[in-house]
Amino acid sequence: MHELGIAQSIVEAVLKKMQSEGYRGVSKIGLRIGGLTDIVPDALEFGYEASVRDTPLAATQLVIETIPVQGTCRACSRNFVIEDYLFICPDCGGQDIAMTQGDELEIAYIEIDDGETDAGTS
Amino acid sequence: MPERVEVKEKVLSENDRLAAELRARLAEYRVASLNLVSSPGSGKTSLLEKTLAALNDRLRMALVAGDVQTENDANRLTKAGGRMVRPIVTGGACHLDARMVTRAIEGFDLAALDLLVIENVGNLVCPSSYDLGEDMKVVLISTTEGDDKPLKYPGMFRRSSVMVINKIDLLGSSDFDMARVRENALSINGNLQIFDVSCRTGQGLDAWYAWLQGFVARKKQR
Repeated sequence: MHELGIAQSIVEAVLKKMQSEGYRGVSKIGLRIGGLTDIVPDALEFGYEASVRDTPLAATQLVIETIPVQGTCRACSRNFVIEDYLFICPDCGGQDIAMTQGDELEIAYIEIDDGETDAGTS
Repeated sequence: MPERVEVKEKVLSENDRLAAELRARLAEYRVASLNLVSSPGSGKTSLLEKTLAALNDRLRMALVAGDVQTENDANRLTKAGGRMVRPIVTGGACHLDARMVTRAIEGFDLAALDLLVIENVGNLVCPSSYDLGEDMKVVLISTTEGDDKPLKYPGMFRRSSVMVINKIDLLGSSDFDMARVRENALSINGNLQIFDVSCRTGQGLDAWYAWLQGFVARKKQR
């Protein structure tokens, strides 16, 4: 399952961040996931729950923001939302479309437990 | 009070970092590279066997063959004349990642190479997220599959630069419609370059070989 590997990468990245920044707890992880990543939020949450068991992130909530796919027509410069993955310009019918968003697979933010950190100066 | 900290980090940043390193190393030696993806059974290994038979004297090719289990594909490629072939057995993982490829090519003398082809695990979903440091993805589809496959796996068809349609000798045995598959694929990626081939009869393969040689030559000139 695709999402399990992605979930494990998220857990690794956040644990690494906690260690390097000295965060004691993380209550929330905000993700931005583009519409063209073929990632199913439900499956990702399922994989995440399986991955955080017995880690300091066990009680952390995952918040997923889905980013719609958008593009710009290289022929007429029209910007538009790409629905149903049809990369066809609604104005001129052009098919040379530069994707401007929808590829995201990123950790946007984390919420730190009570603001207390070991590294008070960082 | 919880405090929000901006992270703005790609989930696969570690993979992307390794892929960038790999890409830079390949560029240094001007080795062209392809990431070959498809469903299981579309003919990735067959296409590479044919390509080896046709171009082995003209192109110095290295092949990395990924599979969930067995080294069967790598063995087939060695038997087909492949001089530098490495298997990657993922042991369950449904895709290759940049670390696996980095390890697999460790023993290769990049200075003695023109082309690296990475045969991914047969799967049209997961491999699309993992950059392997390749110049481009080539997606293979066969006429025994549905002609709506590009619509079902838009991410992979969008991220590929070339689409090879294999098993055209079997056209007519199923409801696969060549015009429809093209239309479907181009609606997702209008810049896709398309080759119609049969690895069994050899039909259409000359155009693929010519393209591949041109692709390698362009990389050498850069």
